[in-house]
Formats: sequence, C-alpha cells, structure tokens
Amino acid sequence: MENKFFVDSQYLSKGALEKKHRLENDPSSRTNHMEYMPGMEVIESDVRGQVMGQVEAYDYSKYTARDVRAALDHATCSVEDFKALLSPAAEPFLEEMAKRASLETSKHFGNTVYLFTPLYIANYCENYCVYCGFNCYNHINRMKLNLEQIEHEMQVIADSGMEEILILTGESRAVSDVKYIGEACKLARKKFRMVGLEIYPVNTDEYRYLHECGADYVTVFQETYDSDKYETLHLLGHKRVWPYRFDAQERALRGGMRGVAFSALLGLSDFRKDALASALHVYFLQRKYPHAEMSLSCPRLRPIINNDKINPLDVGEKQLCQILCAYRIFLPYVGITVSSRESAQFRNGIVKIAATKISAGVSTGIGDHESKYTGRDEQGDKGDEQFEINDNRSLHAMYDDMSDEGLQPVLNDYVYV
Amino acid sequence: MKYRKVGKIMINDDKLVIGGHEFSSRFILGSGKYSMKLIEAAVRDAGAEIITLAVRRANTKEQENILDYIPKGVTLLPNTSGARNADEAVRIARLARELGCGDFVKVEIMRDTKYLLPDNYETIKATQILANEGFVVMPYMYPDLNAARDMVNAGAATIMPLASPIGSNKGLATREFIQILIDEIDVPIIVDAGIGRPSQACEAMEMGAAAIMANTALATAGDLPMMASAFKQAIEAGRRAYLAGLGRVLTRGASASDPLTGFLR
Repeated sequence: MENKFFVDSQYLSKGALEKKHRLENDPSSRTNHMEYMPGMEVIESDVRGQVMGQVEAYDYSKYTARDVRAALDHATCSVEDFKALLSPAAEPFLEEMAKRASLETSKHFGNTVYLFTPLYIANYCENYCVYCGFNCYNHINRMKLNLEQIEHEMQVIADSGMEEILILTGESRAVSDVKYIGEACKLARKKFRMVGLEIYPVNTDEYRYLHECGADYVTVFQETYDSDKYETLHLLGHKRVWPYRFDAQERALRGGMRGVAFSALLGLSDFRKDALASALHVYFLQRKYPHAEMSLSCPRLRPIINNDKINPLDVGEKQLCQILCAYRIFLPYVGITVSSRESAQFRNGIVKIAATKISAGVSTGIGDHESKYTGRDEQGDKGDEQFEINDNRSLHAMYDDMSDEGLQPVLNDYVYV
Repeated sequence: MKYRKVGKIMINDDKLVIGGHEFSSRFILGSGKYSMKLIEAAVRDAGAEIITLAVRRANTKEQENILDYIPKGVTLLPNTSGARNADEAVRIARLARELGCGDFVKVEIMRDTKYLLPDNYETIKATQILANEGFVVMPYMYPDLNAARDMVNAGAATIMPLASPIGSNKGLATREFIQILIDEIDVPIIVDAGIGRPSQACEAMEMGAAAIMANTALATAGDLPMMASAFKQAIEAGRRAYLAGLGRVLTRGASASDPLTGFLR
C-alpha cells in the first residue's frame, strides 16, 4: 500500500490550490529535476557516476544464503558482500549480522555513545516535498527565531549539559539566508563544543563562510537516490534539483568542513537500493577525501502535522536493523546516528549493535526548548514541528539510560583546530 | 641485571625512562575507548603509571570528565588525535598544556579516517616544533626507520610504532619493522596500536620493546580487571625474558650431529 501524501489545506487560496494540484497531477508542469537552477554551483566529480552505476546494476533478488554466509566470513566486507548483506537473503542472518556489527562497533568505538541535540531555528520552506511537515503548502505555524531568541534557546540547551548542537532550518533561502545561519553558528560556537548544520544545500564558498562562522559538520539527506521517484516527491523549489543535492557533501568538504553526514529517508522508495546508495556515497567520497569524517543516518518516514497516515511502509524495525548492521560491517569506521524518530526501545538496543550517536532532549519545533526542558510556558509564538518524534527522553534521562546499558555517554569528542 | 633479590623479595630496578622521567610500569593505557572502569582496572590491575588522554575528549564540561578520574601519581599523556597536520597537532598540544595536562604529549596525526594510519611526514614536523617548546614528545608512527631517525633527530623522547591497524587487535603485523627500530633507535620503542592479546604484548617485550600501549584489547574484554592483570603479567614476563636473553631457538628439527663446517682445516 502506498502512502497518501497529498493533503489540501483549507487555508490555501484557489490559485494556490490549483497550482498545487497541477504540480501533483501533471508532470509537465514541473521543472526538470536534473537541471541546475541559476546560482547553483556545478562541480566536476565522478562520485555520482560511481555510486549510481552500482545502484542501477543492483539486483538484490539474485543474492543467496551462500553469498550472505561468505560475506560474513570475509575479514573485509567488499561492495559485493555489502550488497548481499542488504538483500532479502540476509534477513534470516540478522542475529549473526548483529554479532558481527557489534564486534566492529566495539573495535572502532569501544563502548562509547555520543549525544547531541538538534535546534530548529526556522521552519519557513520554499519547497513542496510531499512527505514533509514543513512543505510550503502545509498549514502550520511558521516561525523564524531572531538572534536573541536563538541565543536564549541555545542557553537553555547548554544549561542542560549538552555540548554538541545541530542547527536546522526549513529550506528557505529568502527567509533564512546564509548570513542568518552564519550568525546562528557564531552564537553556537560560544556555547557548544561542536556545531553541525542541517540546512538547504549551498555552494562551496557558502560552506566555507559557514565553516568560518563555526560550523564543522554538514548533514544533507538525499531523501531518495532514485531520481525518478525523487521527481515525484519534490515537486517545487530548489530542492527539486537532485544532482545539486547529491554533490552537497562534496562541496561542503571542499569548503573546509571537517565532516559530512548522509542519508536516504527510508520508505520513500526501494529502501535496499537507497541504503546501498547512501553507503556507497560515503564509500566513494571517503576514497576521494580520506581525511574527512563521515557518518550515516537512517531516518524512516514519520507522521506529520495534517497527515498522520504517513508511515515507513515496508521498512520495519527488522529491516532497519539489517540495514544498520550491513552499514556497520561494510563501513566499520563511520559514525551511525539514530534519531528520535525511533522508539526508546529500538535506540537502546541498536546502540549496542551499530549506532554510535543518538539525539536527546529533542524538539523539532521552533522556539519551544524552555517549555519542553523546564515545563515553564514561554511567552510568544512557537513554530510547528517537522515530524513527530518517538523518543522524547531528556539529556539526563538518556545519559542515565545509556550508562545503565553499560555504555559510556560522551558529550564531546571534539576540538576545533 | 635489572631485578635484584633482597631476602625473598624481588626488587625491580628496571625503569622505563622517558624524557628524564622514570616509570616502573611498562604498560601504558591508550585512549580512544575509555570508561571509568577501564581506567580503574588499568591502574589497579595492570599497574599503569601513564594514561593517554585524548585532548578532544578532555575538553568537556561533562560531569564525568576523564581528568577527574585520573588517580594522583599517574602521568597524563595527552594525545593530539583529531589533528590532520602538524599545525593542528601543535595547537592541540598547546591546548593540553593550558588544560594542565603537563609536558608529555603523544603526537598523533592522521589524514585518513578509515584506517587511522599516522602521517609520518607531518609527525616529524610537529615533533620538531613541540620538542623545541619543551614538550616530552612521543610520536605515534608507522614503523619506518628513516622516519623514526628523523623524529629522534627532531627531539622525540620515544618512538611509538603501530603493531597493526588501530583497534584491529591483530597483533604484531609489523613485527619485522618494529624489530629494526628496536635494533637501530636509541630512545625507547613503545609498541602502540593493534595489540589484542597479552601474548602479543609479551612477544613485543621479548623483542626488546620498552613498553606496550593498549586500549581496545582491555576495553573490549569480557572481564576488564582480569584482562588488565593478564597484560601486566605478560608484559613483565616478556621484559624478563628480554633481559634474561632468549635461549637458542632451533629453526628446524634437531641440530646435525656432524657439523656442516667439519671439513674445514
């Protein structure tokens, strides 16, 4: 059963509704998603070709139990081995995969688990991505924090003990421009040991500017590596340009960022192919930029405001676990982040197998940390959330829970140089 | 002989000397994966007198700052992990000094996040700068004789070659090259990274290594204190074997009864 993404808001004007419907129903009304828009930097890179060549040739139905056993027997996991581990043939081997993944995690990361929190500073968005709560046709409370409000939010988070922050915005260059994001980074550097960014993709010189402002890690989710499917989900806005998004991490590294993070939003398209593409994106970029730190996330679709029917379809917890084990065995050195989209029970289990980083004290809304952290109702407006979270543990609850699981929570493993 | 008997007690006069500082223990706890239990086991059961500390990890407001858990009398060895070139390593070393970590520094420079192999060229440059600033510099390196000589000439107090890729627990994959360093370099050779078992630590000590640094092997053990104690004993056994002088090892079968050179007049 497919997800029903299209929801009409009663607040949209007749003209807006007509345009929305046209975009949804008439592909010819949409721009070419493979064509760069004015101002978008084109870089010379062979990484996209390397990744997509492998993904297009991937037929996971041809892998057998024998291939999976061989993959688990090999000391080093090849691309072919990884493909076998992602295939349906590997499903019966989940426990063996988990044991191997756990071993690799402990060899490379010991018993540590890193904690961080996201901070959404604005939820204005110019894109129509049909599954996202921030999409421009979704009727939600929009908000952009001013610098004073950002500083206040950051102080509340810093007071909780958090040392790493991930700054997010909706994708609106017009409302949340690069300079505004840069100012937020400067504020964050004063209060946190590590500042990451998850914003709309920008050009190399803009990444360089944001790096100078204090950001050192860039996360960009490709959502799906299936460009045909991508075209049907991202109907309007700059996000529609699939190749510009694909090259974002490479531009970020060229702009001086220390590390980059990748992901597909599992459930949008064929999750096995998307998982393969995400990991190969890391694999080939790492070969080209061996000094860069890389990490993978693994978000699944979640319900959003005005559409509680959205779900991750055939990506159940077992499939998610299989993907994460395969990631860990193939790329033992990369960080793996599991977000608060997943349940506390799943996160408690997966940090002992493959994940190395989890969020805590999470809000995907705008300007509501004080009320969420302290229970005090703040004055003023709040912006609505991007998606529903599943695990709402505070930093302290998470710290204690991870310690109880026998893990060493780490709030900072970073020094700016 | 470095051990002498006083009554029934064996006294250890065999000291590890690094930059003029003496240590009785030849086990050094590496950083990377740590827990307070690991530090406790390393000091109490493995007898560690030096504990490595990743500056990037110590640079925290965290309640459980590792600095608070280092027992008195233990020497801190801050490392420069996270540095991608000499310049970054120098800055991290200076930060360590500012944090009150003392003058010891283990230089670690990696330009590869996959294997975390050290960059010898950048390490030589950082060693030079930091030695000139009065640091006791302990460079982590890929076992290459020419690079090791350059590091010593640049002022390194020890040389710390890797045994195998970090975290791999694969033991002495670079055995032959470490032996060359032991034979040719005059400062202590401390085998670092890749030691996964006490027997491997023992073997390195028998070869003449001055000390062993390990972390993952302990951190991932089933029983931390017991593994720590096993490392202590293995390192001591290897050291005694080295000092005693290894006996003759027959490479293949028994020796011939008629000497091969019996025809010589």
